[in-house]
Amino acid sequence: MLEIKNLHARIAESGTEIIRGLNLTVKAGEVAAIMGPNGSGKSTLSYILAGRDDYEVTEGDILYNGESILEMDPAERAAKGLFLAFQYPMEIPGVATMEFLKVAMNSQRKARGEEPLKVPDFIKRVKEAAGTLEMDFNMLKRPVNVGFSGGEKKRAEILQMKLLEPKLCVLDETDSGLDIDALKIVSDGVNALRSPDRAIIVITHYQRLLDHIVPDTVHVLYKGQVIKSGDKSLALELEENGYAGIIEEAA
Amino acid sequence: MNMRAEIQRTPAEAAIIDAFGERLSLLPGDGAVMVKRDDAIEQIKAGLPTRRVESWHYTDLRRLLASVPAFDASAAAKTIAPLLEGSSLLSIVNGVSAATPSVEGVTFQRLGDKLVDGSYAPALVTYGSDDAVGALNTAFVADGYFVDIEDGAQVEKPIELQNIQAGGQVHVRLPVRVGAGAKATIVERQTGEGAGLVSSVSQLLLGDDAEVLWLIVQDQPETATHLAQFKAELGKNAKLTLFVMNAGGKLVRQEVIVKATGEGADFKLRGVNLLAGDCHVDVTMVLDHAVPHTSSTEVVRNVVTGRAKGVFQGRINVHQIAQKTDARMACNTLLLSDDGEFSTKPELEIFADDVACGHGATVTEIDRNHLFYLMARGIDEKSARGLLVRAFLAEVIEELEDETVVEPLEELLNSWFAAHA
Repeated sequence: MLEIKNLHARIAESGTEIIRGLNLTVKAGEVAAIMGPNGSGKSTLSYILAGRDDYEVTEGDILYNGESILEMDPAERAAKGLFLAFQYPMEIPGVATMEFLKVAMNSQRKARGEEPLKVPDFIKRVKEAAGTLEMDFNMLKRPVNVGFSGGEKKRAEILQMKLLEPKLCVLDETDSGLDIDALKIVSDGVNALRSPDRAIIVITHYQRLLDHIVPDTVHVLYKGQVIKSGDKSLALELEENGYAGIIEEAA
Repeated sequence: MNMRAEIQRTPAEAAIIDAFGERLSLLPGDGAVMVKRDDAIEQIKAGLPTRRVESWHYTDLRRLLASVPAFDASAAAKTIAPLLEGSSLLSIVNGVSAATPSVEGVTFQRLGDKLVDGSYAPALVTYGSDDAVGALNTAFVADGYFVDIEDGAQVEKPIELQNIQAGGQVHVRLPVRVGAGAKATIVERQTGEGAGLVSSVSQLLLGDDAEVLWLIVQDQPETATHLAQFKAELGKNAKLTLFVMNAGGKLVRQEVIVKATGEGADFKLRGVNLLAGDCHVDVTMVLDHAVPHTSSTEVVRNVVTGRAKGVFQGRINVHQIAQKTDARMACNTLLLSDDGEFSTKPELEIFADDVACGHGATVTEIDRNHLFYLMARGIDEKSARGLLVRAFLAEVIEELEDETVVEPLEELLNSWFAAHA
């Protein structure tokens, strides 16, 4: 489903290279964890996948279902089924959450040639999704993420993911800022989305999220490259011994 | 040698002075009114204000007022549906008032009658030699409405004062007295279809404990010149919320002159300026906190597209005795084009020592992080920008809370976007 080939990318403004020859393949149905120390390029990778124009791809390609997405803007990528759950979701004053959800869902439907949702159907879907994430429906009358706690913002990201039903989900440090109860609710929400035609990339610092969202593959990112790949036991090994050993081994 | 005499009149100045000579016999008013008119035209003869006059620094009226249309008695303007449902509508069509409706607790008079009998003469005053709007209006004002809301009246239905032009010149006045403890919503609608020159002066006298929401909605065609003044005095514990929306006009000056003269008075100004094309829109406020324990907040939001130029000047005078004044002013602008311009000048003149006053001004583009977030959810760039700009403005409108007011204003916002996005 996703094939990243020899990707090189830099910060557009400063020219600093962050991703340096990254290769990664994620198949449909797979849950892939990307781990790595601070500054290894994890969040940058998520932004590049989503199409943020602060970064410039200088070499290589990103294929999504066999098609290069490098020339697509973020909205086109989203309409094709790519979703990034932000590490730091934006607060957008003045835009009511419900309005935002409706516009987002209908924009994607329109891009796929589908009819816009009828209002009662839309509200029903939002209520159901909010219910499973134990979110207060009244919260969604507020502007997008404004006044939400860190945990509420993360739940709101998963809510959007459930409603938009993407095919490739990228979760950037979704566990940060969550207490243990919220972590469980959010993880359950993600696990409910696991399906044979959907891939999920979980970017995380810690093993703890992977106890709840058990990955099929684990990839270690260091200095903009995947230096080691393995199964879930690799995450446990990292938890035990840290990154030093693997970094040395790769060097 | 007299230097002033050598200043050459602009075509607009000459046209105004000539028009006065021609119109004089048609203008209503007794001797007292005529004296005021003469004084006013003398003020204009001294020259329209230029950028060298402090209060007109960003709106060089002498240069910007390129021409003045002749009066056009045949211009056919039509009234439009009131902004708020169920309003009592008082229209002024091409400068002429109509029969007044009957509303309990409210007396309406045609201003032309009050000029003829001279009872309105004492109110024809300018605030100084730089009061070009007041002078122009005093010289030519022919009609309008005088509204008197009696003490304690709770006027349920909004009152809409609708000033419609279809070209030529229109000069009107809208004096409103709101009695003690009375409550009302007043809509001042300034619109039309022609390339007219409009001057309009509103005067609000707000009694003790009275409460008024006053909406000024200006959406003149992009060929019209609109020069307006809103003056208000607030009694004890009186509350005034003034909402100003500018969504049209070629050259627009909206002055807001408010005096809090009763303790406990509260003034709120909320403004939305939508600027497109090559319009020039200036909102200039002078607010006096003249007694202790009064409060005010001003929030003005502007969107600038095309080659439009906008101005907000906000002056707050806190008098020496006005202790415990609480005044906050903010002016935020979204600049959406490289050729647009916005000038903002906050001024605080504080003579009291125990006050809380603040002001802030920002000029920004659309936040790229917000744009990315919306686009990452599949919302195309154009829609995402539209959503963010509307949100920026809707925040000010939604503060009015009352759905019956918020919705029509948001509709105006949407139609402006449909026409100018």
